[in-house]
Amino acid sequence: MQTLLDIRNLSKRFGPIVAVDDVSFQVARGEVVGFLGPNAAGKTTTMRMVAGYLPPGDGSVAVCGHDVVRDAHAAQARIGYMPEGAPSYGDMSALSLLRFVTRIRGLSAADRKRRIDEVIDRLHLEGVLHRPVETLSKGFKRRVGLAAAIVHDPDVLILDEPTDGLDPNQKYEVRNLLQEIAGNKAIIISTHILEEVEAICSRAIIIARGQVVADALPDELQARAPGHNAVYLSVAADREAAARSAVEAVEGVARIDALSGNQQSARFLAVPTDQRDILDAVRKAVANDGIEIQEIRLERGRLDDIFRELTKAA
Amino acid sequence: MRVIGAITARELSAYFASPLAYVFIVIFLALSGGLTFHVGGFIERGQADLEPFFQFHPWLYLFLIPAVGMRLWAEERKTGTVEFLMTLPVSAAEAVVGKFLAAWLFAGIALVCTAPIWITVNVLGQPDNGVIFAAYLGSWLMAGGFLVISACISALTANQVIAFVGAVAMCFIFMMSGVDFVQSAFRGWVPPMLLSTIADLSLLGNFTALSQGVIDLRNVVYFLSLIGIGLVINTAVVELKKGA
Ligand SMILES: Nc1ncnc2c1ncn2[C@@H]1O[C@H](COP(=O)(O)OP(=O)(O)OP(=O)(O)O)[C@@H](O)[C@H]1O
Ligand SMILES: [Mg+2]
Repeated sequence: MQTLLDIRNLSKRFGPIVAVDDVSFQVARGEVVGFLGPNAAGKTTTMRMVAGYLPPGDGSVAVCGHDVVRDAHAAQARIGYMPEGAPSYGDMSALSLLRFVTRIRGLSAADRKRRIDEVIDRLHLEGVLHRPVETLSKGFKRRVGLAAAIVHDPDVLILDEPTDGLDPNQKYEVRNLLQEIAGNKAIIISTHILEEVEAICSRAIIIARGQVVADALPDELQARAPGHNAVYLSVAADREAAARSAVEAVEGVARIDALSGNQQSARFLAVPTDQRDILDAVRKAVANDGIEIQEIRLERGRLDDIFRELTKAA
Repeated sequence: MRVIGAITARELSAYFASPLAYVFIVIFLALSGGLTFHVGGFIERGQADLEPFFQFHPWLYLFLIPAVGMRLWAEERKTGTVEFLMTLPVSAAEAVVGKFLAAWLFAGIALVCTAPIWITVNVLGQPDNGVIFAAYLGSWLMAGGFLVISACISALTANQVIAFVGAVAMCFIFMMSGVDFVQSAFRGWVPPMLLSTIADLSLLGNFTALSQGVIDLRNVVYFLSLIGIGLVINTAVVELKKGA
Protein backbone atom coordinates (compact mmCIF):
# COMPACT_ATOMS: atom_id res chain seq x y z
CA MET A 1 0.00 0.00 0.00
CA GLN A 2 1.12 3.47 -0.85
CA THR A 3 2.11 5.54 2.17
CA LEU A 4 0.45 8.96 2.01
CA LEU A 5 1.31 10.29 5.43
CA ASP A 6 4.66 9.75 7.04
CA ILE A 7 5.24 11.08 10.55
CA ARG A 8 8.71 10.60 11.98
CA ASN A 9 9.87 11.33 15.51
CA LEU A 10 7.53 14.25 15.80
CA SER A 11 7.81 16.31 18.99
CA LYS A 12 6.47 19.62 20.23
CA ARG A 13 6.98 21.49 23.46
CA PHE A 14 5.15 24.50 24.80
CA GLY A 15 7.54 25.91 27.37
CA PRO A 16 7.74 23.24 30.07
CA ILE A 17 4.87 21.19 28.61
CA VAL A 18 5.83 18.35 26.28
CA ALA A 19 2.67 18.14 24.20
CA VAL A 20 3.92 15.64 21.62
CA ASP A 21 6.83 13.35 22.38
CA ASP A 22 8.55 11.40 19.62
CA VAL A 23 5.51 10.27 17.70
CA SER A 24 6.06 8.19 14.55
CA PHE A 25 3.57 6.43 12.31
CA GLN A 26 2.66 6.00 8.66
CA VAL A 27 -0.77 5.97 7.10
CA ALA A 28 -1.40 4.31 3.74
CA ARG A 29 -4.06 4.95 1.15
CA GLY A 30 -7.29 3.27 2.16
CA GLU A 31 -6.65 3.37 5.90
CA VAL A 32 -8.95 5.07 8.38
CA VAL A 33 -6.99 5.70 11.55
CA GLY A 34 -8.74 6.41 14.83
CA PHE A 35 -6.51 8.74 16.83
CA LEU A 36 -7.35 8.28 20.49
CA GLY A 37 -6.12 9.60 23.76
CA PRO A 38 -7.33 11.30 26.91
CA ASN A 39 -7.70 15.07 27.11
CA ALA A 40 -4.41 16.92 26.66
CA ALA A 41 -2.73 13.82 25.22
CA GLY A 42 -1.49 15.80 22.24
CA LYS A 43 -3.93 14.80 19.50
CA THR A 44 -4.79 18.31 18.38
CA THR A 45 -1.17 19.41 18.56
CA THR A 46 -0.10 16.46 16.38
CA MET A 47 -2.82 17.17 13.83
CA ARG A 48 -1.93 20.86 13.73
CA MET A 49 1.65 19.98 12.88
CA VAL A 50 0.50 17.63 10.13
CA ALA A 51 -1.81 20.31 8.73
CA GLY A 52 1.03 22.84 8.73
CA TYR A 53 -0.48 25.18 11.30
CA LEU A 54 2.14 24.54 13.96
CA PRO A 55 5.77 24.07 12.99
CA PRO A 56 7.12 20.76 14.31
CA GLY A 57 9.39 21.21 17.30
CA ASP A 58 11.38 18.21 16.20
CA GLY A 59 11.01 15.45 13.65
CA SER A 60 9.26 15.60 10.33
CA VAL A 61 5.94 15.13 8.58
CA ALA A 62 5.62 14.27 4.90
CA VAL A 63 2.33 14.32 3.04
CA CYS A 64 2.43 12.46 -0.28
CA GLY A 65 6.19 12.91 -0.16
CA HIS A 66 6.05 16.66 0.52
CA ASP A 67 7.60 17.90 3.74
CA VAL A 68 5.10 20.09 5.59
CA VAL A 69 7.76 22.67 6.45
CA ARG A 70 9.94 22.87 3.37
CA ASP A 71 7.18 22.24 0.88
CA ALA A 72 4.23 23.56 2.85
CA HIS A 73 1.92 24.55 0.02
CA ALA A 74 2.34 21.29 -1.88
CA ALA A 75 1.58 19.36 1.31
CA GLN A 76 -1.37 21.56 2.22
CA ALA A 77 -2.79 21.22 -1.26
CA ARG A 78 -3.16 17.48 -0.65
CA ILE A 79 -4.58 17.72 2.85
CA GLY A 80 -8.12 18.35 3.91
CA TYR A 81 -8.11 19.50 7.51
CA MET A 82 -10.94 20.24 9.84
CA PRO A 83 -9.69 21.90 13.04
CA GLU A 84 -11.22 21.04 16.42
CA GLY A 85 -14.67 22.62 16.66
CA ALA A 86 -14.80 23.21 12.89
CA PRO A 87 -14.24 26.98 12.95
CA SER A 88 -15.43 28.80 9.85
CA TYR A 89 -16.27 32.33 8.86
CA GLY A 90 -19.63 32.98 10.51
CA ASP A 91 -20.63 35.84 8.26
CA MET A 92 -20.32 33.74 5.10
CA SER A 93 -22.92 31.40 3.71
CA ALA A 94 -22.03 27.76 3.21
CA LEU A 95 -21.95 28.28 -0.52
CA SER A 96 -19.68 31.32 -0.46
CA LEU A 97 -17.40 29.52 1.99
CA LEU A 98 -17.07 26.59 -0.40
CA ARG A 99 -16.46 28.96 -3.29
CA PHE A 100 -13.80 30.75 -1.28
CA VAL A 101 -12.01 27.51 -0.41
CA THR A 102 -12.08 26.16 -3.97
CA ARG A 103 -10.88 29.47 -5.33
CA ILE A 104 -7.97 29.57 -2.92
CA ARG A 105 -7.17 25.98 -3.79
CA GLY A 106 -7.09 26.88 -7.45
CA LEU A 107 -9.68 24.46 -8.81
CA SER A 108 -10.71 25.15 -12.39
CA ALA A 109 -14.13 26.70 -12.91
CA ALA A 110 -15.65 23.43 -14.10
CA ASP A 111 -14.11 21.44 -11.23
CA ARG A 112 -15.29 23.99 -8.71
CA LYS A 113 -18.87 23.65 -9.75
CA ARG A 114 -18.74 19.88 -9.94
CA ARG A 115 -16.99 19.44 -6.60
CA ILE A 116 -19.15 21.97 -4.77
CA ASP A 117 -22.31 20.31 -6.09
CA GLU A 118 -20.97 16.96 -5.02
CA VAL A 119 -20.18 17.91 -1.41
CA ILE A 120 -23.46 19.77 -1.08
CA ASP A 121 -25.15 16.58 -2.10
CA ARG A 122 -23.06 14.31 0.10
CA LEU A 123 -23.47 16.44 3.22
CA HIS A 124 -27.09 17.38 2.55
CA LEU A 125 -26.43 21.10 2.65
CA GLU A 126 -29.07 22.03 0.06
CA GLY A 127 -31.38 23.61 2.60
CA VAL A 128 -28.82 25.84 4.30
CA LEU A 129 -26.67 26.97 1.39
CA HIS A 130 -27.52 30.64 1.60
CA ARG A 131 -27.69 31.11 5.35
CA PRO A 132 -24.80 32.66 7.26
CA VAL A 133 -22.86 29.83 8.88
CA GLU A 134 -23.13 31.45 12.32
CA THR A 135 -26.91 30.99 12.26
CA LEU A 136 -26.71 27.24 11.64
CA SER A 137 -27.06 24.52 14.26
CA LYS A 138 -23.93 22.83 15.54
CA GLY A 139 -24.52 19.77 13.38
CA PHE A 140 -24.82 21.81 10.22
CA LYS A 141 -21.81 23.93 11.13
CA ARG A 142 -19.86 20.71 11.47
CA ARG A 143 -21.10 19.51 8.11
CA VAL A 144 -20.11 22.78 6.48
CA GLY A 145 -16.65 22.37 8.04
CA LEU A 146 -16.44 18.83 6.69
CA ALA A 147 -17.58 19.97 3.27
CA ALA A 148 -14.84 22.60 3.23
CA ALA A 149 -12.28 19.95 4.20
CA ILE A 150 -13.19 17.46 1.47
CA VAL A 151 -14.29 19.77 -1.34
CA HIS A 152 -10.95 19.49 -3.18
CA ASP A 153 -10.95 15.69 -2.88
CA PRO A 154 -7.75 15.53 -0.83
CA ASP A 155 -5.56 12.46 -0.56
CA VAL A 156 -5.07 12.94 3.16
CA LEU A 157 -7.94 13.87 5.42
CA ILE A 158 -7.31 15.05 8.98
CA LEU A 159 -10.40 15.54 11.11
CA ASP A 160 -10.16 16.68 14.71
CA GLU A 161 -13.18 15.31 16.59
CA PRO A 162 -15.54 15.39 13.60
CA THR A 163 -18.49 13.88 15.47
CA ASP A 164 -18.05 15.71 18.77
CA GLY A 165 -21.38 17.09 19.94
CA LEU A 166 -23.46 15.64 17.12
CA ASP A 167 -26.71 13.78 17.72
CA PRO A 168 -26.71 10.01 17.08
CA ASN A 169 -28.27 10.40 13.63
CA GLN A 170 -25.69 12.89 12.50
CA LYS A 171 -22.87 10.83 13.97
CA TYR A 172 -24.16 7.92 11.96
CA GLU A 173 -24.27 10.03 8.80
CA VAL A 174 -20.79 11.40 9.27
CA ARG A 175 -19.46 7.88 9.81
CA ASN A 176 -21.19 6.69 6.68
CA LEU A 177 -19.75 9.57 4.74
CA LEU A 178 -16.25 8.76 5.95
CA GLN A 179 -16.66 5.15 4.98
CA GLU A 180 -17.89 6.13 1.54
CA ILE A 181 -14.93 8.35 0.80
CA ALA A 182 -12.37 6.23 2.64
CA GLY A 183 -11.34 3.97 -0.22
CA ASN A 184 -8.74 6.11 -1.93
CA LYS A 185 -7.64 8.35 0.92
CA ALA A 186 -5.63 8.22 4.10
CA ILE A 187 -7.88 9.44 6.89
CA ILE A 188 -7.12 10.27 10.49
CA ILE A 189 -9.90 11.12 12.87
CA SER A 190 -9.41 11.96 16.50
CA THR A 191 -12.24 10.98 18.76
CA HIS A 192 -13.23 10.22 22.33
CA ILE A 193 -15.93 7.82 21.19
CA LEU A 194 -14.50 4.33 21.22
CA GLU A 195 -17.44 2.71 19.48
CA GLU A 196 -16.64 4.97 16.54
CA VAL A 197 -13.30 3.25 16.25
CA GLU A 198 -14.98 -0.14 16.09
CA ALA A 199 -17.48 1.20 13.59
CA ILE A 200 -15.25 2.85 11.01
CA CYS A 201 -11.57 2.63 11.75
CA SER A 202 -9.25 0.10 10.22
CA ARG A 203 -6.61 0.97 12.77
CA ALA A 204 -6.38 2.63 16.16
CA ILE A 205 -3.52 4.72 17.50
CA ILE A 206 -3.69 5.62 21.16
CA ILE A 207 -1.53 8.38 22.56
CA ALA A 208 -1.07 9.43 26.14
CA ARG A 209 1.11 12.23 27.46
CA GLY A 210 2.31 12.87 23.93
CA GLN A 211 3.52 9.33 23.27
CA VAL A 212 2.07 6.54 21.17
CA VAL A 213 1.06 3.76 23.58
CA ALA A 214 -0.75 1.53 21.10
CA ASP A 215 -0.96 1.20 17.33
CA ALA A 216 -3.07 -1.78 16.32
CA LEU A 217 -6.21 -3.06 14.67
CA PRO A 218 -9.31 -2.42 16.77
CA ASP A 219 -9.76 -6.19 17.10
CA GLU A 220 -6.25 -6.65 18.41
CA LEU A 221 -6.84 -3.97 20.99
CA GLN A 222 -10.00 -5.66 22.09
CA ALA A 223 -8.11 -8.89 22.41
CA ARG A 224 -5.77 -7.16 24.81
CA ALA A 225 -8.61 -5.92 26.98
CA PRO A 226 -8.82 -7.53 30.42
CA GLY A 227 -12.32 -8.88 29.78
CA HIS A 228 -11.54 -10.50 26.43
CA ASN A 229 -13.10 -13.99 26.07
CA ALA A 230 -14.89 -13.78 29.41
CA VAL A 231 -18.22 -15.60 29.43
CA TYR A 232 -21.40 -13.84 30.42
CA LEU A 233 -23.95 -16.18 31.95
CA SER A 234 -27.44 -15.61 33.16
CA VAL A 235 -29.54 -18.25 35.02
CA ALA A 236 -32.70 -18.32 37.12
CA ALA A 237 -32.19 -16.57 40.43
CA ASP A 238 -32.86 -19.68 42.54
CA ARG A 239 -30.15 -21.66 40.73
CA GLU A 240 -27.46 -19.10 41.44
CA ALA A 241 -25.43 -21.16 43.90
CA ALA A 242 -25.60 -24.31 41.78
CA ALA A 243 -24.54 -22.49 38.64
CA ARG A 244 -21.70 -20.80 40.44
CA SER A 245 -20.23 -24.07 41.71
CA ALA A 246 -20.63 -25.70 38.29
CA VAL A 247 -18.72 -22.89 36.60
CA GLU A 248 -16.08 -22.82 39.30
CA ALA A 249 -15.29 -26.44 38.55
CA VAL A 250 -14.58 -25.70 34.88
CA GLU A 251 -10.92 -25.84 34.01
CA GLY A 252 -9.44 -22.49 33.00
CA VAL A 253 -11.86 -20.28 34.90
CA ALA A 254 -9.78 -17.83 36.87
CA ARG A 255 -12.58 -16.13 38.75
CA ILE A 256 -16.28 -15.41 38.70
CA ASP A 257 -17.57 -11.87 38.96
CA ALA A 258 -21.16 -11.44 40.05
CA LEU A 259 -23.00 -8.88 37.98
CA SER A 260 -26.09 -7.08 39.15
CA GLY A 261 -29.14 -9.30 38.63
CA ASN A 262 -32.82 -9.02 39.41
CA GLN A 263 -35.73 -11.06 40.88
CA GLN A 264 -35.75 -13.50 38.00
CA SER A 265 -32.12 -13.93 37.06
CA ALA A 266 -28.65 -14.08 38.47
CA ARG A 267 -25.78 -12.99 36.24
CA PHE A 268 -22.10 -13.84 36.29
CA LEU A 269 -19.01 -13.10 34.35
CA ALA A 270 -16.60 -16.03 34.18
CA VAL A 271 -13.13 -14.68 33.50
CA PRO A 272 -10.68 -17.20 32.03
CA THR A 273 -6.98 -17.47 32.75
CA ASP A 274 -4.87 -16.22 29.83
CA GLN A 275 -7.97 -15.27 27.85
CA ARG A 276 -8.47 -18.85 26.78
CA ASP A 277 -11.73 -19.95 25.24
CA ILE A 278 -14.01 -21.41 27.93
CA LEU A 279 -17.41 -20.80 26.37
CA ASP A 280 -18.19 -24.39 25.45
CA ALA A 281 -16.83 -25.83 28.67
CA VAL A 282 -18.96 -23.44 30.73
CA ARG A 283 -22.05 -24.16 28.68
CA LYS A 284 -21.61 -27.91 29.08
CA ALA A 285 -20.86 -27.78 32.80
CA VAL A 286 -23.98 -25.76 33.52
CA ALA A 287 -26.20 -27.85 31.26
CA ASN A 288 -24.87 -31.10 32.74
CA ASP A 289 -26.00 -29.97 36.16
CA GLY A 290 -29.49 -29.51 34.75
CA ILE A 291 -29.45 -25.75 35.11
CA GLU A 292 -31.41 -23.87 32.49
CA ILE A 293 -29.36 -21.18 30.78
CA GLN A 294 -31.23 -17.93 30.17
CA GLU A 295 -28.42 -16.32 28.26
CA ILE A 296 -24.80 -17.06 27.55
CA ARG A 297 -22.36 -15.15 25.40
CA LEU A 298 -18.73 -14.46 24.79
CA GLU A 299 -17.42 -11.01 25.75
CA ARG A 300 -15.04 -9.57 23.19
CA GLY A 301 -13.51 -7.16 25.64
CA ARG A 302 -14.19 -3.49 25.88
CA LEU A 303 -12.02 -0.88 24.18
CA ASP A 304 -12.85 1.38 27.11
CA ASP A 305 -11.04 -0.95 29.44
CA ILE A 306 -7.89 -1.25 27.38
CA PHE A 307 -7.99 2.48 26.71
CA ARG A 308 -8.11 3.19 30.42
CA GLU A 309 -5.38 0.71 31.15
CA LEU A 310 -3.06 2.11 28.47
CA THR A 311 -3.60 5.77 29.22
CA LYS A 312 -3.89 5.94 32.99
CA ALA A 313 -1.26 8.09 34.62
CA ALA A 314 1.95 6.19 35.18
CA MET B 1 -2.48 36.88 -7.01
CA ARG B 2 -5.45 34.51 -7.18
CA VAL B 3 -5.11 33.78 -3.48
CA ILE B 4 -4.74 37.45 -2.54
CA GLY B 5 -7.76 38.29 -4.68
CA ALA B 6 -9.86 35.61 -3.02
CA ILE B 7 -8.90 36.81 0.45
CA THR B 8 -9.48 40.46 -0.40
CA ALA B 9 -12.91 39.68 -1.83
CA ARG B 10 -13.84 37.63 1.21
CA GLU B 11 -12.70 40.28 3.67
CA LEU B 12 -14.39 43.08 1.81
CA SER B 13 -17.68 41.21 1.77
CA ALA B 14 -17.20 40.48 5.48
CA TYR B 15 -17.19 44.25 6.14
CA PHE B 16 -20.45 44.67 4.31
CA ALA B 17 -21.98 41.54 5.84
CA SER B 18 -21.91 43.22 9.25
CA PRO B 19 -23.36 46.56 10.32
CA LEU B 20 -19.80 47.75 10.87
CA ALA B 21 -19.41 48.97 7.31
CA TYR B 22 -22.56 51.06 7.32
CA VAL B 23 -22.03 52.40 10.82
CA PHE B 24 -18.51 53.33 9.88
CA ILE B 25 -19.45 55.11 6.69
CA VAL B 26 -22.31 57.00 8.31
CA ILE B 27 -20.19 58.12 11.23
CA PHE B 28 -17.34 59.08 8.95
CA LEU B 29 -19.64 61.15 6.74
CA ALA B 30 -21.45 62.75 9.67
CA LEU B 31 -18.28 63.65 11.53
CA SER B 32 -16.35 64.87 8.53
CA GLY B 33 -19.36 66.90 7.35
CA GLY B 34 -20.10 68.32 10.78
CA LEU B 35 -16.51 69.26 11.45
CA THR B 36 -16.11 70.83 8.02
CA PHE B 37 -19.15 73.05 8.31
CA HIS B 38 -19.24 73.88 12.00
CA VAL B 39 -15.68 73.81 13.16
CA GLY B 40 -13.87 74.36 9.91
CA GLY B 41 -16.11 77.26 8.85
CA PHE B 42 -16.46 75.88 5.33
CA ILE B 43 -19.14 78.42 4.30
CA GLU B 44 -17.94 81.42 6.32
CA ARG B 45 -14.45 81.24 4.87
CA GLY B 46 -15.87 82.02 1.47
CA GLN B 47 -13.10 80.09 -0.26
CA ALA B 48 -13.66 77.44 -2.87
CA ASP B 49 -11.42 74.73 -1.46
CA LEU B 50 -11.68 71.69 0.78
CA GLU B 51 -9.01 72.52 3.29
CA PRO B 52 -11.46 72.63 6.20
CA PHE B 53 -12.63 69.19 5.14
CA PHE B 54 -9.23 67.54 4.91
CA GLN B 55 -7.68 69.13 7.96
CA PHE B 56 -9.78 66.93 10.23
CA HIS B 57 -9.03 63.68 8.48
CA PRO B 58 -6.02 62.74 10.58
CA TRP B 59 -8.12 63.14 13.72
CA LEU B 60 -11.03 61.19 12.36
CA TYR B 61 -8.73 58.44 11.17
CA LEU B 62 -7.03 58.25 14.52
CA PHE B 63 -10.18 56.64 15.93
CA LEU B 64 -12.00 55.33 12.91
CA ILE B 65 -9.22 53.45 11.14
CA PRO B 66 -8.26 51.36 14.19
CA ALA B 67 -11.95 50.45 14.35
CA VAL B 68 -11.67 49.09 10.81
CA GLY B 69 -8.34 47.38 11.39
CA MET B 70 -8.87 45.88 14.83
CA ARG B 71 -10.83 42.87 13.60
CA LEU B 72 -8.42 41.90 10.82
CA TRP B 73 -6.47 39.35 12.85
CA ALA B 74 -7.82 39.51 16.39
CA GLU B 75 -11.20 38.23 15.30
CA GLU B 76 -9.68 35.34 13.36
CA ARG B 77 -7.66 34.36 16.37
CA LYS B 78 -10.66 34.57 18.69
CA THR B 79 -12.92 32.43 16.52
CA GLY B 80 -10.19 30.00 15.49
CA THR B 81 -10.65 30.69 11.79
CA VAL B 82 -7.00 31.63 11.57
CA GLU B 83 -6.28 27.90 11.84
CA PHE B 84 -8.70 27.25 9.00
CA LEU B 85 -7.16 29.98 6.85
CA MET B 86 -3.53 29.19 7.53
CA THR B 87 -3.93 25.49 6.79
CA LEU B 88 -5.16 26.26 3.30
CA PRO B 89 -2.28 26.59 0.83
CA VAL B 90 -1.93 30.27 1.70
CA SER B 91 1.26 32.01 2.79
CA ALA B 92 1.19 34.44 5.69
CA ALA B 93 2.25 37.22 3.32
CA GLU B 94 -0.66 36.54 0.98
CA ALA B 95 -3.12 36.58 3.87
CA VAL B 96 -1.62 39.79 5.27
CA VAL B 97 -1.70 41.60 1.93
CA GLY B 98 -5.16 40.31 1.06
CA LYS B 99 -6.63 41.48 4.34
CA PHE B 100 -4.87 44.83 4.21
CA LEU B 101 -6.07 45.51 0.68
CA ALA B 102 -9.66 44.77 1.66
CA ALA B 103 -9.53 47.17 4.58
CA TRP B 104 -7.78 49.82 2.49
CA LEU B 105 -10.33 49.49 -0.29
CA PHE B 106 -13.03 49.81 2.31
CA ALA B 107 -11.48 53.05 3.58
CA GLY B 108 -11.36 54.18 -0.04
CA ILE B 109 -15.05 53.44 -0.46
CA ALA B 110 -15.82 55.55 2.61
CA LEU B 111 -13.72 58.33 1.13
CA VAL B 112 -15.54 58.11 -2.20
CA CYS B 113 -18.79 58.54 -0.28
CA THR B 114 -17.67 62.06 0.61
CA ALA B 115 -17.81 63.04 -3.09
CA PRO B 116 -20.90 65.26 -2.51
CA ILE B 117 -18.74 67.76 -0.70
CA TRP B 118 -16.43 67.92 -3.69
CA ILE B 119 -19.44 68.48 -5.91
CA THR B 120 -20.74 71.14 -3.52
CA VAL B 121 -17.55 73.14 -3.65
CA ASN B 122 -17.64 72.96 -7.45
CA VAL B 123 -21.18 74.26 -7.47
CA LEU B 124 -20.39 77.10 -5.09
CA GLY B 125 -17.19 78.25 -6.72
CA GLN B 126 -14.22 77.36 -8.87
CA PRO B 127 -11.88 75.25 -6.77
CA ASP B 128 -8.56 73.89 -7.96
CA ASN B 129 -9.62 70.30 -8.55
CA GLY B 130 -6.01 69.18 -8.88
CA VAL B 131 -5.38 70.25 -5.31
CA ILE B 132 -8.48 68.43 -4.13
CA PHE B 133 -7.46 65.28 -5.97
CA ALA B 134 -4.01 65.40 -4.37
CA ALA B 135 -5.62 65.83 -0.99
CA TYR B 136 -7.90 62.84 -1.54
CA LEU B 137 -4.93 60.78 -2.60
CA GLY B 138 -3.03 61.93 0.48
CA SER B 139 -5.96 61.13 2.71
CA TRP B 140 -6.26 57.63 1.30
CA LEU B 141 -2.52 57.03 1.63
CA MET B 142 -2.69 58.22 5.22
CA ALA B 143 -5.60 55.85 5.85
CA GLY B 144 -3.34 53.06 4.56
CA GLY B 145 -0.64 54.11 7.01
CA PHE B 146 -3.03 54.06 9.94
CA LEU B 147 -4.43 50.74 8.74
CA VAL B 148 -1.15 48.93 8.47
CA ILE B 149 -0.33 50.01 12.03
CA SER B 150 -3.74 48.79 13.20
CA ALA B 151 -3.31 45.49 11.38
CA CYS B 152 0.05 44.87 13.06
CA ILE B 153 -1.41 45.52 16.51
CA SER B 154 -4.42 43.35 15.68
CA ALA B 155 -2.12 40.45 14.83
CA LEU B 156 -0.62 40.63 18.31
CA THR B 157 -3.79 39.85 20.22
CA ALA B 158 -7.01 37.85 20.12
CA ASN B 159 -8.86 40.69 21.85
CA GLN B 160 -10.39 43.31 19.59
CA VAL B 161 -10.66 45.92 22.35
CA ILE B 162 -6.97 45.65 23.09
CA ALA B 163 -6.29 45.76 19.37
CA PHE B 164 -8.31 48.98 19.08
CA VAL B 165 -6.79 50.77 22.05
CA GLY B 166 -3.29 49.66 21.12
CA ALA B 167 -3.77 50.77 17.54
CA VAL B 168 -5.07 54.20 18.56
CA ALA B 169 -2.07 54.70 20.82
CA MET B 170 0.38 53.55 18.17
CA CYS B 171 -1.26 55.64 15.46
CA PHE B 172 -1.15 58.65 17.72
CA ILE B 173 2.59 58.30 18.20
CA PHE B 174 3.15 57.97 14.45
CA MET B 175 0.83 60.83 13.72
CA MET B 176 2.33 63.24 16.18
CA SER B 177 5.99 62.36 15.96
CA GLY B 178 6.71 65.80 14.49
CA VAL B 179 4.88 67.67 17.21
CA ASP B 180 6.80 69.27 20.01
CA PHE B 181 5.59 67.25 22.96
CA VAL B 182 6.33 63.92 21.29
CA GLN B 183 9.69 65.27 20.17
CA SER B 184 10.46 66.32 23.71
CA ALA B 185 10.10 62.73 24.82
CA PHE B 186 13.02 61.86 22.55
CA ARG B 187 15.04 65.03 23.03
CA GLY B 188 18.20 64.62 25.04
CA TRP B 189 18.72 60.93 24.54
CA VAL B 190 18.57 60.51 20.78
CA PRO B 191 20.99 62.28 18.47
CA PRO B 192 19.59 65.47 16.87
CA MET B 193 19.81 63.96 13.40
CA LEU B 194 17.58 61.07 14.45
CA LEU B 195 15.27 63.57 16.08
CA SER B 196 14.60 65.27 12.79
CA THR B 197 14.24 61.88 11.13
CA ILE B 198 11.56 61.02 13.66
CA ALA B 199 9.88 64.31 12.80
CA ASP B 200 10.04 63.45 9.10
CA LEU B 201 8.28 60.18 9.85
CA SER B 202 5.21 61.96 11.15
CA LEU B 203 2.01 60.93 9.42
CA LEU B 204 0.62 64.37 10.05
CA GLY B 205 3.54 66.19 8.47
CA ASN B 206 3.49 64.04 5.36
CA PHE B 207 -0.25 64.39 5.01
CA THR B 208 -0.28 68.17 5.45
CA ALA B 209 1.88 68.67 2.39
CA LEU B 210 -0.33 66.45 0.25
CA SER B 211 -3.54 67.98 1.58
CA GLN B 212 -2.35 71.35 0.39
CA GLY B 213 -2.20 70.00 -3.11
CA VAL B 214 1.51 69.44 -3.44
CA ILE B 215 2.11 65.92 -4.70
CA ASP B 216 5.66 65.63 -3.50
CA LEU B 217 7.12 62.26 -4.37
CA ARG B 218 8.83 62.12 -0.99
CA ASN B 219 5.48 62.16 0.82
CA VAL B 220 4.03 59.49 -1.44
CA VAL B 221 7.13 57.35 -1.01
CA TYR B 222 6.88 57.87 2.73
CA PHE B 223 3.36 56.48 2.91
CA LEU B 224 4.07 53.63 0.54
CA SER B 225 7.16 52.62 2.47
CA LEU B 226 5.29 52.85 5.74
CA ILE B 227 2.68 50.50 4.31
CA GLY B 228 5.31 48.19 2.85
CA ILE B 229 7.33 47.95 6.04
CA GLY B 230 4.13 47.57 8.05
CA LEU B 231 3.06 44.64 5.89
CA VAL B 232 6.43 42.95 6.34
CA ILE B 233 6.18 43.35 10.12
CA ASN B 234 2.57 42.17 10.05
CA THR B 235 3.63 39.03 8.15
CA ALA B 236 6.39 38.34 10.66
CA VAL B 237 3.96 38.72 13.57
CA VAL B 238 1.44 36.36 11.97
CA GLU B 239 4.16 33.76 11.34
CA LEU B 240 5.44 34.12 14.87
CA LYS B 241 2.01 33.80 16.46
CA LYS B 242 1.28 30.73 14.37
CA GLY B 243 3.96 28.82 16.18
CA ALA B 244 2.65 29.60 19.65
N1 LIG C 1 -0.66 26.92 22.15
C1 LIG C 1 -0.38 26.23 23.27
N2 LIG C 1 0.33 26.80 24.25
C2 LIG C 1 0.63 26.11 25.37
N3 LIG C 1 0.27 24.85 25.60
C3 LIG C 1 -0.45 24.23 24.66
C4 LIG C 1 -0.82 24.88 23.45
N4 LIG C 1 -1.53 24.01 22.70
C5 LIG C 1 -1.61 22.87 23.41
N5 LIG C 1 -0.97 22.99 24.59
C6 LIG C 1 -0.83 21.94 25.61
O1 LIG C 1 -0.39 20.76 24.97
C7 LIG C 1 -1.01 19.62 25.55
C8 LIG C 1 -1.69 18.81 24.45
O2 LIG C 1 -2.83 19.51 23.99
P1 LIG C 1 -3.75 19.02 22.81
O3 LIG C 1 -4.70 20.11 22.52
O4 LIG C 1 -2.89 18.54 21.70
O5 LIG C 1 -4.50 17.80 23.47
P2 LIG C 1 -5.66 16.89 22.86
O6 LIG C 1 -5.15 15.50 22.85
O7 LIG C 1 -6.13 17.44 21.58
O8 LIG C 1 -6.78 17.03 23.98
P3 LIG C 1 -8.38 17.07 23.84
O9 LIG C 1 -8.82 15.65 23.80
O10 LIG C 1 -8.80 17.71 25.11
O11 LIG C 1 -8.73 17.85 22.63
C9 LIG C 1 -1.94 20.16 26.61
O12 LIG C 1 -1.30 20.04 27.86
C10 LIG C 1 -2.14 21.58 26.24
O13 LIG C 1 -2.41 22.35 27.38
MG1 LIG D 1 -7.94 18.19 20.89
